[in-house]
This record gives sequence, C-alpha cells and structure tokens, in this order.
Amino acid sequence: MDVRQIVIDIISDIAPDEDVTSLDDTKSLREQLDLDSMDFLDIVMELRKRHKVEVPQEDYPKLATLESCVSYLTPKFAVA
Amino acid sequence: MSGLAAGIRLAMFDKKVVVLEKHSIPGGLNSYYQRRNFDKGGIRQFDVGLHALTNFIKKGEKGKPFSKLLKQLRLSYDDFKLCPQSYSKISFPNIELKFSNDFELLMSEVHEKFPGHIDQFVKLVEKVKDFNELDLNLNYSSSRETLKEIISDDLLIEMILCPLLIYGSAWEDDMDFAQFVIMFKSLYFEGFSRPEGGVRTIISLLMKKLEEVGGEVRFKTAVSEILTDSDGTAIGVNAGGEEILAPVILSSIGYPETVKITPKLEVKPRVGAMTFLESIFVFDKKLPQDQVDSTIVFYNDSLKYNYRPAKNYFDGGSAVVCFPDNYEASKTSGEGTVRITYMANYEQWASLPRSQYDEMKSQVSDSAQALLKKLAPEFDGKLLFQDIFSPTTIERYTWHMNGTVYGSIDKTRDGRTPVKNLFIIGTDQGFLGIVGSMLSGISMANLHGLMNEI
Repeated sequence: MDVRQIVIDIISDIAPDEDVTSLDDTKSLREQLDLDSMDFLDIVMELRKRHKVEVPQEDYPKLATLESCVSYLTPKFAVA
Repeated sequence: MSGLAAGIRLAMFDKKVVVLEKHSIPGGLNSYYQRRNFDKGGIRQFDVGLHALTNFIKKGEKGKPFSKLLKQLRLSYDDFKLCPQSYSKISFPNIELKFSNDFELLMSEVHEKFPGHIDQFVKLVEKVKDFNELDLNLNYSSSRETLKEIISDDLLIEMILCPLLIYGSAWEDDMDFAQFVIMFKSLYFEGFSRPEGGVRTIISLLMKKLEEVGGEVRFKTAVSEILTDSDGTAIGVNAGGEEILAPVILSSIGYPETVKITPKLEVKPRVGAMTFLESIFVFDKKLPQDQVDSTIVFYNDSLKYNYRPAKNYFDGGSAVVCFPDNYEASKTSGEGTVRITYMANYEQWASLPRSQYDEMKSQVSDSAQALLKKLAPEFDGKLLFQDIFSPTTIERYTWHMNGTVYGSIDKTRDGRTPVKNLFIIGTDQGFLGIVGSMLSGISMANLHGLMNEI
C-alpha cells in the first residue's frame, strides 16, 4: 500500500490547483501548499470515505508532513 | 443557501441528509421569483435579495473565502459565471468615494478627498489585515468606537461604515468589529460581482451538486416542530406531517424562529430591527453609460449615516441603488433594470390596513423614481414593470420574523444552542450574505456533522 501516493492523490482531488509533484516530505504541507484547516478536515474525511481509515481529531497534527502522514497512517492501513 | 451548502458537505462524505424547505423553490432570503412579461411575452425573473455577490476573486486566486467555498463544495469558478462590477460609489452631500474590485481605487479616493487622513486610513487597513475575524471565540466590540480611535474625521467614518452596515449588520447604527472586518474585506478588498442569470445560477448549481452527492431535498415541507427527548436533546423534527429522526439538526430559519418551534429551547434571542423595502423597476431601455456607469450607489442625503429602522415607513434620504446592467459582460435583454433599497420599519408596515398598504407602496415608488431622476436626470426610459416588497412581504416569504434580512442581534457564532444536537446555520450563526451563508453551512456542517463524531 503506497500510503504516500494515497495522501497525494487525496490532496490533488481536494486542491486541484496545487502542484503536488515536487513536495518535500519533511516540510510541513501547509508551508508548501495552500491548505487550511478545512482542507485538512477533508483529507481526514477522504481517508475515511475511501479507505475506511479513522483519524481522531487529536491526531490531526500527525498529518503535518508527508513523512509524518506515512508513519502515522501506515499501521492504520494495515488493519483497515 | 446555508442549508444547501451544509447538505452538500454532509452528503459528500456519505452522511444521510435531507434538506427540508418550506417553499417550492430554495434560496430563502436569497431566492428568486418570476413575473409574466406582458409586454413581450415570456417571463421576467428577479432575485429576491441579490444586489451583489461580495467576496469577488479572479479565477485562480487562492486563500480567500470564495476560493475556500469552491474547494469545500467541489465546484468550479466558471460554474458561477461571475460578472464583476464596474465600480460602486458612496454618495454623501457634495462628496463621493468610489470603490471597485481593485482596492487601490478606494485608497486613491480617500487620498484625494480626505488628504489629511490618509495615514489614519492606512492604519485602519493594516488593523483590518491583521485581525482574525474568523476566531469563533471573540467578544463583541463596537466598530464605531474602534474607528474613532484610529480616524479623526467623522464624515470619513460615516462613509466607510455606510456600505458595510447596510450590506451586513443586524445591529442598528453599529456593528461588531469582527463583522466590520469581514465586511471590509468582502466589499473593499475583494469586491462585487453578479452571476450571469442572477441568484438562480447559484441555486441551480447547489441543487445539482447536492443531488450528485446523494443529498435529498423536500420542498413544501415546513418544519413545524423540533423534537426533543426527556433529557432535552434534539432527536428529530416534525415536518410535513411526518416525524423525521436525526442525530444532528441544522436550522437555517433563524435563531428566534428556531426557538419558536422548539419547546425545549428556552432562550430569547432578540429579533433584529433592520428590515428593508426593495423596489425593482424595469424600463424599456438601459440607462446609458454616460449617465450612469456605476454598478451600485450608496446614497445618503445627510453627513451622518443613520442605520436604523425608518421613523416614517421608509427613509427616503438614504438608499442603495443597484444597476444590475452595469456588471461587466452582463447579457441582458434590451430592458433596463434598477433596484432601490430603503430602510423600513416593520411595525408600521405590519399595522397598515390593506388599502393604505398599497398607497404607501405607491409613495415608495414615487420616492424611488424621484431618486433615480436625481441620479440620472436625462434618462427618459418608459417604465414597463415595477415591484415593491415590504418588510411584511419578506416575512411572508422567508418566515424571518419582522422581515429581518440580517437576522437576530444575538448570533450563535459556533452554531451551538442550549439544546444538544440542534445547531443554527446561516444568518444567525453570523456569516451574512450569499457567500457568508454558504460558508456558514459549510463550517457548521464540518464542525457539527463531520468532526464531532456522531
């Protein structure tokens, strides 16, 4: 399961005008893209809708960078 | 519109949604209606509330309320068919301030007409830029007081406040500074446009999206009661003679109006005092550009802007005059339309006997036409059609008490009411106007329907 690509695909659907091709995995997504808290909510909602993966509100900060997304979400995908 | 937007957000993420609409067409305070065109056949369509869509952005602009709206509802900029304004002006005795979708125009107007105060105006602009108006935990603070601390020219304060009050304040004379900032950004930094086809274009867009994502709308289905359990938690509604149970209820009918149908909701939000008269005139030709090239005129015949209910049925000295034909690239018929809004007084209109009601509407029409004559003295168009709606008309069609267009003075900010699972969206949550109400529906659906897990 390419969790990194899954996250990028979701971001491209939510923010179609953003360039997701040259993202730095270690930098915060908000710094590199025009994503606000509403967009982050949508990332969480799409993870649930498309992949049945749940992200509780207190874990939202774990999605700050692509790297942290991958480390946080990979175990969740394993059980989903 | 807040309801449709909320419905889209919820259905998009697979929540089962039903939008309950009392009338046969959606839109509420920003709906549309039709009248037969006896001169040429066919129909004329009119927007109920739309002079202007605020928060104008160019295609591709990011980080603004309208772009957030597009992303959240997964709609495209082009779908809205926005026609930007030419420019608008604030017209007080012997002085005018123009503004447009380019903020530089207002800056240069203030520089020219209030040269000694341009630095103070710049200071105000900086304060507005730095302010976080979306913080749902802010306390009320008076805009007039805040402005007086920064700007020492009373007339400049009045002129700045004029469009912001009449396009977005539920309070008389003043507004919460957070609301001032929202309106300042929406009108002055961003600007006006009108969708080709008016508000119906937006409503159709929302309806189509709602259907696409699997949401349901029921028309002619008024909610007569909000049902609560023995703990006083909302569990559903009584609508169209049917009990519909639901874990979350979002009400866009207004806070006092919601209280009226919720026996367990024992608060008393105050019905707002601000209501208006709207006159629509259709002429056999357009107003010529060399006579009238502005899109909206905020007219005031005194140096003080008195934003309060009229003392005598309508305040003829202060008006918003909208020339919808002066939105760029408007494809309109050969006819010319003018809309004139006056501040009104609900109690007076509600107590008029029928015979005098029509006579009073006639006086409004005369006054409005006289004002038009003042603004465009050489215009000789023949009047083909007119319609005037009063505070009681607004109340009848939107069910907002006292015809308040901007709702209660007690907003719910985060949408919560003392009754668990019942939330307020739309005007009385606090975001006003068309863009505001959609953002309200979106934010409240996000906060109470998607984030706080059911």
